[in-house]
Amino acid sequence: MATRKNPETKATKRANVSKDDLLKYYREMLLIRRFEEKAGQLYGMGLIGGFCHLYIGQEAVVVGLEAAAEDGDKRITSYRDHGHMLACGMDPKGVMAELTGREGGLSKGKGGSMHMFSKEKHFYGGHGIVGAQVPLGAGLAFADQYKGNGRVTFTYFGDGAANQGQVYETFNMAALWKLPVVFVIENNQYAMGTAQKRSTSTPEIHTRGQAFGIPGESVDGMDVLAVKEAGERATAHCRAGDGPYILEVMTYRYRGHSMSDPAKYRSREEVQKMREERDAIEHVRELLLQGGHAGDDDLKAIDKEIKAIVNEAAEYSKESPEPDVSELWTDIYA
Amino acid sequence: MTMIEAIRDALDIAMGRDSRVIVFGEDVGYFGGVFRCTAGLQRKYGPTRCFDTPISELGIVGAGIGMAAYGLRPVVEIQFADYMYPAYDQIVSEAARLRYRSAGEFTCPMVVRMPSGGGIFGAQTHSQSPEALFTHVTGLKTVVPSSPRAAKGLLMAAIEDPDPVIFLEPKRLYNGPFDGYHDRPVTAWKNHPLGEVPEGHFTLPLGRAEIARPGRSVTVLAYGTMVHVAQSGADAAGIDAEVIDLQTLLPLDLETVTASVRKTGRCLVLHEATLTSGFGAELAALVQAECFYHLEAPVARVAGWDTPYPHVHEWQYFPGPARVAEALRALLEEV
Repeated sequence: MATRKNPETKATKRANVSKDDLLKYYREMLLIRRFEEKAGQLYGMGLIGGFCHLYIGQEAVVVGLEAAAEDGDKRITSYRDHGHMLACGMDPKGVMAELTGREGGLSKGKGGSMHMFSKEKHFYGGHGIVGAQVPLGAGLAFADQYKGNGRVTFTYFGDGAANQGQVYETFNMAALWKLPVVFVIENNQYAMGTAQKRSTSTPEIHTRGQAFGIPGESVDGMDVLAVKEAGERATAHCRAGDGPYILEVMTYRYRGHSMSDPAKYRSREEVQKMREERDAIEHVRELLLQGGHAGDDDLKAIDKEIKAIVNEAAEYSKESPEPDVSELWTDIYA
Repeated sequence: MTMIEAIRDALDIAMGRDSRVIVFGEDVGYFGGVFRCTAGLQRKYGPTRCFDTPISELGIVGAGIGMAAYGLRPVVEIQFADYMYPAYDQIVSEAARLRYRSAGEFTCPMVVRMPSGGGIFGAQTHSQSPEALFTHVTGLKTVVPSSPRAAKGLLMAAIEDPDPVIFLEPKRLYNGPFDGYHDRPVTAWKNHPLGEVPEGHFTLPLGRAEIARPGRSVTVLAYGTMVHVAQSGADAAGIDAEVIDLQTLLPLDLETVTASVRKTGRCLVLHEATLTSGFGAELAALVQAECFYHLEAPVARVAGWDTPYPHVHEWQYFPGPARVAEALRALLEEV
């Protein structure tokens, strides 16, 4: 893979980032990518059915924001959720086994790819309806504010969801009540098969908070350090009691919207260009190598370690039994 | 006590007992609610526990689900049941399904209150009875009180329930037990035994029907306003009908229903909502399946006509005592 000529960005210069941090981001992003590649394979083998939205290409978004999060902060997102779960520390085995619909899945196989949760990691789902998680995120932030616990909720949604009316109902309420919520718009430029310019009147979605008095900024989502830095600004704003904050994180998904998407709405060259010139993992890899923080052998060792985790998750997701049919009728009412 | 006062009393006591209970909706805080059900609560509990929201039903309910998922006990008011439709996605896709899709890890103990039903010349956007849209959704409980006593007991139980509850308040019953005779003077709840409401903490279990009036000839299944109309209809026909007040539509107290139908051998299902695919269809199917060999006549239904809720012809639409009486007579003529 071709590399960036100069991995040093404004953010990396400002960050004065440590070797340990860089290695951590590298490892976390790589885990997401390899996990998703494996999920794609299992899908191709028929082990995962239905819907499966891969996060490949967008890894820096969630890894950067998790780096800005503190213990107890919450996160809630849409159906492209595997990356968020891995980044907040949920067990890859449980995620993969949910994809295959097994008992060992995080929702015992009842939720599937789009619907998983973790109370322990403060992960409030995976939501399959475009934009529906956004008011929930405000509600979580309300509960934090009510309890006075100083926590922040990261509410993720995409550029497509940004055209849902409920997003603006939520902006209004969140601003009105000064809720500690960071609205993270993962702008991967395509709402399924519709390019942003075909669906969105104002391309700068982060400015849409202006009508509600919510500050917003556009962030380079292929630069994990820029994301982290923006995440710190946003959470500081929320924790200071100044209300919500919007981050429009410019990113790109390499794969189709879901596994069943042939991606005919964009050119192969466009995708290839992003992969070659802007890949977020390659970026950190170069920072590590050029900064003398790690050698090829070190990175190979990490690759191997990640591969082992992913393989273990895949094995588990095949071996874990299907839940008993009686589970169909449980967890409906208390 | 009126039904409005009973609801306010339930909210007041619930808020006093449990700081997780918060009450919000359009005009709910400062103004005290369009029907005054929350009057005084903001003054008593402060604007963080009882507050106004923007006119954003989808956002309000969505925010409530988030609050419930993180340990609060939101009681949301939708100003009219007819305004619920924008929020339907959140109710169906999120509130009702959170427990299942998280395999029990997250729940949504939220109550969504909404005034429903007609009889106030509200026409098509302020009169509807959308209960069947909720009973069709697994994961929700749907409650319809028929008196101040029931409203208080059921609302307190709903707030304490670990699952999302849709609480439909028949607005025609807010101030009195409407018997269906719109041209007669309104009775006040203070002159009705069910206007007497126990003080303090008081719950009626969800999923339990009550026999509103015992009888031997025919069973009438009703809820909300129609519980009273059923009785005046039976009186008009001079028929010894047993009127069951379902109270909770889902989960349904099938035991009480079947015990009555097995006794009487005849069943009339009543509701104000439109007939086709109404909750009465579910009741009729259950009764025929459970009581087939006890039935002396086909299960009958009286409901609103399959039209939009009209303005001018409200009392032609409304399944009043005359239609109930006629259906009861016809049922008894069947052999």
